[in-house]
Amino acid sequence: MADILKKGAFRSAVAALACMTTSVAWAVKDMPGGPTVNQWNLAEPANAIARGQHWLHEMLMWVCVLIFIGVFAVMFYSIWAHRKSRGAKSADFHESTTVEIVWTVVPFIIVVGLGIAATGEVIAQKDTSNPDLTVKVTGYQWKWGYDYLKGEGEGIAFLSNLATPREQIEDRNYPDAKSKREANPTYLMEVDQPLVVPADKKVRLVITANDVIHSYYVPRLGIKQDAIPGFIRDSWFRADKPGIYRGACTELCGKDHAFMPIVVEAKSDADYKKWVEEKKKEMLAWADDPNKEWALADLSARGEKVYAANCVACHQASGKGVPGAFPALEGSKVVLGKRDDHIAIMLNGKAGSAMASFKGLSDTELAAVITYARNAWGNKAEDNLVQPQAVKAARK
Amino acid sequence: MSAVIGQHDDHAHDHAHDHPTGWRRWLYATNHKDIGTMYLWFSFTMLMVGGLNALLLRTELFQPGLQIVSPEFFNQLTTMHGLIMVFGAIMPAFVGFANWQIPLMIGASDMAFARMNNFSFWLLPPAALLLVASYFVPGGATAAGWTIYAPLSVQMGPGMDLAIFALHIMGASSIMGSINIVTTILNMRAPGMTLMKMPLFVWTWLITAYLLIAVMPVLAGAITMLLTDRHFGTSFFNAGGGGDPVMFQHIFWFFGHPEVYIMILPAFGIVSEIIPTFARKRLFGYSSMVYATASIAILSFIVWAHHMFTTGMPVTGQLFFMYATMLIAVPTGVKIFNWVATMWRGSMTFETPMLFAIGFIFVFTMGGLTGIILSVAPLDIALHDTYYVVAHFHYVLVAGSLYALFAGTYYWLPKWTGHMYDERLGKWHFWMSLVSFNLTFFPMHFLGLAGMPRRYADYPMQFADFNAIVTVGAFWFGLSQLIFLWVVIKCIRGGEKAADNPWGAADGLEWTIPSPAPFHTFETPPVVK
Repeated sequence: MADILKKGAFRSAVAALACMTTSVAWAVKDMPGGPTVNQWNLAEPANAIARGQHWLHEMLMWVCVLIFIGVFAVMFYSIWAHRKSRGAKSADFHESTTVEIVWTVVPFIIVVGLGIAATGEVIAQKDTSNPDLTVKVTGYQWKWGYDYLKGEGEGIAFLSNLATPREQIEDRNYPDAKSKREANPTYLMEVDQPLVVPADKKVRLVITANDVIHSYYVPRLGIKQDAIPGFIRDSWFRADKPGIYRGACTELCGKDHAFMPIVVEAKSDADYKKWVEEKKKEMLAWADDPNKEWALADLSARGEKVYAANCVACHQASGKGVPGAFPALEGSKVVLGKRDDHIAIMLNGKAGSAMASFKGLSDTELAAVITYARNAWGNKAEDNLVQPQAVKAARK
Repeated sequence: MSAVIGQHDDHAHDHAHDHPTGWRRWLYATNHKDIGTMYLWFSFTMLMVGGLNALLLRTELFQPGLQIVSPEFFNQLTTMHGLIMVFGAIMPAFVGFANWQIPLMIGASDMAFARMNNFSFWLLPPAALLLVASYFVPGGATAAGWTIYAPLSVQMGPGMDLAIFALHIMGASSIMGSINIVTTILNMRAPGMTLMKMPLFVWTWLITAYLLIAVMPVLAGAITMLLTDRHFGTSFFNAGGGGDPVMFQHIFWFFGHPEVYIMILPAFGIVSEIIPTFARKRLFGYSSMVYATASIAILSFIVWAHHMFTTGMPVTGQLFFMYATMLIAVPTGVKIFNWVATMWRGSMTFETPMLFAIGFIFVFTMGGLTGIILSVAPLDIALHDTYYVVAHFHYVLVAGSLYALFAGTYYWLPKWTGHMYDERLGKWHFWMSLVSFNLTFFPMHFLGLAGMPRRYADYPMQFADFNAIVTVGAFWFGLSQLIFLWVVIKCIRGGEKAADNPWGAADGLEWTIPSPAPFHTFETPPVVK
């Protein structure tokens, strides 16, 4: 389609039409690795699968456009020519077996043709055999987790959170949010830690979820696969060239469904090796000794960070939660109650509610966030300092 | 059977002498016309409520960022918009048409089960109240999408339970309505009206009613399992207890796909009545239209998993559902070719019903063609759960079902009210709806292709312009429907007196009786040659 209308002309027409109503998007630039301004077709493909989708779409579009033009040329000619106001007298023909067979058989043949054309792509998409790297992807409310299972980088694991600050999103709370996000070309499609993979290698993703169904969608890599809690599904991609590829969660997963983007960074072999080394060092440095005895202030400070990454979406920075949907931690019975009950709910979640299990966090992180909650927002719990050992013991 | 008709006649006689007036006329209604009228007003009210939800969420989406609603309330809006439109607006509207028209078109004195008919209708207002009231319970209305996928729907607050009860009640209402329709059509046709002489609207409703009877219990099963998962510790959809979240989707879509045709087949029926009337030429291929309708209905049971290509089916599963789905294009094509062939060398005039019918064919076909694109599994994987899908199903549900409902209303309004509607206003309604509809939904194709997921409260800046256009279109479309309300009220209150057969060329028993249709019609069945 792109060649019928000059891309530039179309874009400015759209912008002009939108401008009659609003003044957004004049300042906005294309997103590197993501959508372009007023993009109106599939994203530029970055591998064979996405190219296949492109080709199929282009082909089908034209078939559909031709059928559409054919059928409606006849209809509109008829509307013009066979109208009473032009003196048309109605004919009295009906039922013609020949015609009816023709217009059943011809579409059938077209459909069979289209089916055959698409079959190869279906098979290619599902072929996850012989990967160079296998990564487990876990969907959480509302972030993604990556575990490098097999291949270069085995053992690396991290969570990937939205990096766009709330100050750019919430106009109600931050009056200058609009100007800030207009200056951010990767608004809502940026993360703190992207999935890093080697370019031109077959990457198999084994995909699951921790709470509800999510869906892993990266348009330019031609991949979309639901993440289903309790089940493993697999999919694969190959990023032909190094670069950034952005995507998003596409299965409604609750409140922050729109705020758990995906960023895949494909690196050249050498760069990827370097990244793996650095990442492993970093993980060692971050790995905490669960037997360390912490001071209240240090642990609570660490806990505030854990809280900001994992809890704030529901329980809010104020600790007041969202009335009716997510309980407040300020003055909460659990938080002010027995230490072990508090640890238990963090490890096991609460059945039938949105409170998930957070046993994926380390002993130190859990101890830190529990300690933080027991001291923040005016909370004064009895056991207000919970050491990592207590969490470690409770896991058994 | 003659016994049933006999009883019915007695009944009608009682009423002729003493039928209740005031509020009793409506609460105790057993007359198919009164009940049909209530269905139609109910569904129009719900169309406005569902539309209000849509306009609120479109207001939030007018610009990037979060301005007027929170993301959790946004999700409630998208969910309730879908539930209200599907179960509150479109489905009851078609039942309203069935109530009014089926007895008139087959020469029956009323529906087969008059009191059950009353009950099927009066179940709907409490269900609607439950749905709307769920906004005001702690945690608000359900925010799990109209598809209420587990386990997200298991997480929801009490609003979800209210929605489950509402769906149960509406399901019961639909099943009763369908049994009534099937019984009426099969047993109460005028002498001489064989099945293959029935008007197409009656045919499409007969098939639709069977679909409803087949699939509403399936939905009831799915939401009951959901209810017990939520409250009674079962794990139908919880992998931790040996269940499977994807099973919910299989059950839901085994209901959901036939449901899609439940909402479009009667629309095909209405359009098949209108085109021949205004082309002054009989329908080109009556029997092939009947067979095509039946084929679509049968195919609808074996394509459900095309809504689930991204759940990770085996290759063979994807191929089967892809091929089966593509096949639906064949009978649907037959229908469109038939309408065009009916128009061909006719002697056409373009009153509002005809405009909406032609608008239906034109715009619905676009939805059909994007349906073919979506049926192709590898492309569906690219487009699933993006705005492309939102565009697709609004092209078939709004430009399809809703346009046909408008067409049908304008077509039969003279018969219902005894007055001609205001043709000039009707045309305004059509052109405003057509332009604003496309302004609203056409850009959604672009957004979807560019990768904007559906059910997003906020989106990247690059999608801003199209979203702004969509919102403007949505308000325009929503406000245009007030013209329709005005036309209908005006027509009820007065206007040029309608002849028995105001369209001249219209064929069918309903045009042999006076306008407005008297309270009791066909007490003595007409004879069809």
